[in-house]
Amino acid sequence: MNITGQGALVTGASRGLGRALAEALAARGARVALVARDAGPLAEVVAAIRARGGEAHAIAADVAAKDAIHRIAGQAHGLVGEIGIAIHNASTLGPVPLRLLLDTDCEDLAAVLETNLVGPFRLTKVLAGAMALRGDGVIVHVSSDAAVEPYPRWGAYGIAKAAQDHLSRVLAAELAGTGVRVIAVDPGEMDTAMHADAVPDADRATLQRPADVAARIVAMIADAARAPSGVRLIAPAWGVAS
Amino acid sequence: MIARAHGSMSPKSTSTRLVLGAAEVAREAVRLVVIGDPPRVERLGALAGLLRAGDVVVVNDAATLPGALRGTTADGEVIELRLAGPIDGRRLDGVLLGAGDYWIRTEHRTAPPALVPGARVQLGPVGATVVTARGRRVTLDADASGDALWQALYAAGRPVQYAHRPEPLALWTVQTGYAARPWAAEMPSAGRGLTWEILLGLRRAGVGIARLTHAAGLSSTGDAALDAALPWPERYDIPAATTGAIAAARARGGRVVAVGTTVVRALEASGGLPGPGVATLRLDARTRPRVVDGLLSGLHVPGESHFELLTAFAPAARLRAALAVAVAAGLSAHELGDACLVLDQRDQRAGAAAR
Repeated sequence: MNITGQGALVTGASRGLGRALAEALAARGARVALVARDAGPLAEVVAAIRARGGEAHAIAADVAAKDAIHRIAGQAHGLVGEIGIAIHNASTLGPVPLRLLLDTDCEDLAAVLETNLVGPFRLTKVLAGAMALRGDGVIVHVSSDAAVEPYPRWGAYGIAKAAQDHLSRVLAAELAGTGVRVIAVDPGEMDTAMHADAVPDADRATLQRPADVAARIVAMIADAARAPSGVRLIAPAWGVAS
Repeated sequence: MIARAHGSMSPKSTSTRLVLGAAEVAREAVRLVVIGDPPRVERLGALAGLLRAGDVVVVNDAATLPGALRGTTADGEVIELRLAGPIDGRRLDGVLLGAGDYWIRTEHRTAPPALVPGARVQLGPVGATVVTARGRRVTLDADASGDALWQALYAAGRPVQYAHRPEPLALWTVQTGYAARPWAAEMPSAGRGLTWEILLGLRRAGVGIARLTHAAGLSSTGDAALDAALPWPERYDIPAATTGAIAAARARGGRVVAVGTTVVRALEASGGLPGPGVATLRLDARTRPRVVDGLLSGLHVPGESHFELLTAFAPAARLRAALAVAVAAGLSAHELGDACLVLDQRDQRAGAAAR
């Protein structure tokens, strides 16, 4: 896919990997709609992208709310036109410090699922149909190795990410032949606010920079041959072999 | 003219002995009457079997706007703005109503306060200045544009709806399964029942699916003079891939099936050429479609302009016979109801005319 001129939507775009993805897409000439709950930090990111000559638009909304979904899709289509790239990056750990599952409140598990699983499902439901009619589009689910490894205390987050990985695979199977690619990407450990919430005593020097990971994910979006629909890719390993 | 939905004429004319149902129908349960000899009733899910490999189905991918905005004038009088089409920069184009809500039939709504160019109004979180105002017809310039205007529109606006549906419409209810740019003042509802199960089935059956975007406008303003002039000029945008798919279908003897009268209007206005445009033509019983060979549409009874358009595709007697079958089967004429499918029967029509 040629990134230049694409309409793109990135959730969780006010900080961390989401911000880096929006910046990377805009730098490659995409028209980017950024979604985040807090309008203030979001406006700063949008202003920064515009200051560098990129096209960016702010949509203040919570992907976990069902009644926000058509607002997000409608505003994004109104602002950037047809959407060719959708990145489900917004996610929550649930309460921190992280807890054992037996200590996790039922409501907290449900809230994590709403943000990390049901929100991406709903948003894809209202975006992917238009992509399939056009015969072109890429949907990216940001995953985690917690989706694969049963780390104690990462239960709510890991369950949601594992289910999102499978959401990605089933969507890919159902959309086979339509021209819409659906992939999941484990970004690896990054120096972000979310990582600091989860692992406060991490040695930040050992963590990847979000901008480096974002550049790899944008390369995956562009490369249909090496990132075919249905795959789950590991960002730190991307490009190493080539 | 085409009345796209029933507007405030709730729910269906009873002046004819053909009385269709008026219930809302779940998307997955939509049925259609196939106009032909003999007519028959099928599930919409059987559509692939009603078309042929090589045909192409054309849909309107406009998303439905939250185009009804409540507000106040500078004097504190209550108003409601109903957008008639897409927002264009700061420009808002539509119909202004006075105090009241959608439970009151549109033609019974209070007239809007007299506003002159330059007058200020507040619409939810955004202020606006009147540019033109003639009776209910109004254009305004919003104080905000871009991100802020879209955010305000989706925060404060609701889908336009009419008195025959008491429950408030959610945006979820009025979007098709392929909605993209928010251009439609009211849902392009003929495609509401086209689930992805059906659409992917059409593809497997060798039926092409193409799209255009047409800014379906309001079906009713509540003002008799304005309503008589509906539909107003409407923007459309036809991708080159769609005109290419239509040309390829024709070349192989396939038919072009429009989903909804908005698609007929755009394609016939375009003359089969791609690109953006404004449809000004009026479709009626005298229309002889040059691009479109068939139509999947909502249900309408004789006397409605929508029904008259169907006579462009099939003889009136055949349409009446099909409607009688639809009535007997309990099909619904609600805009969120059942459907009809008419495929080119102009041979019969020409024969009838010759006699």
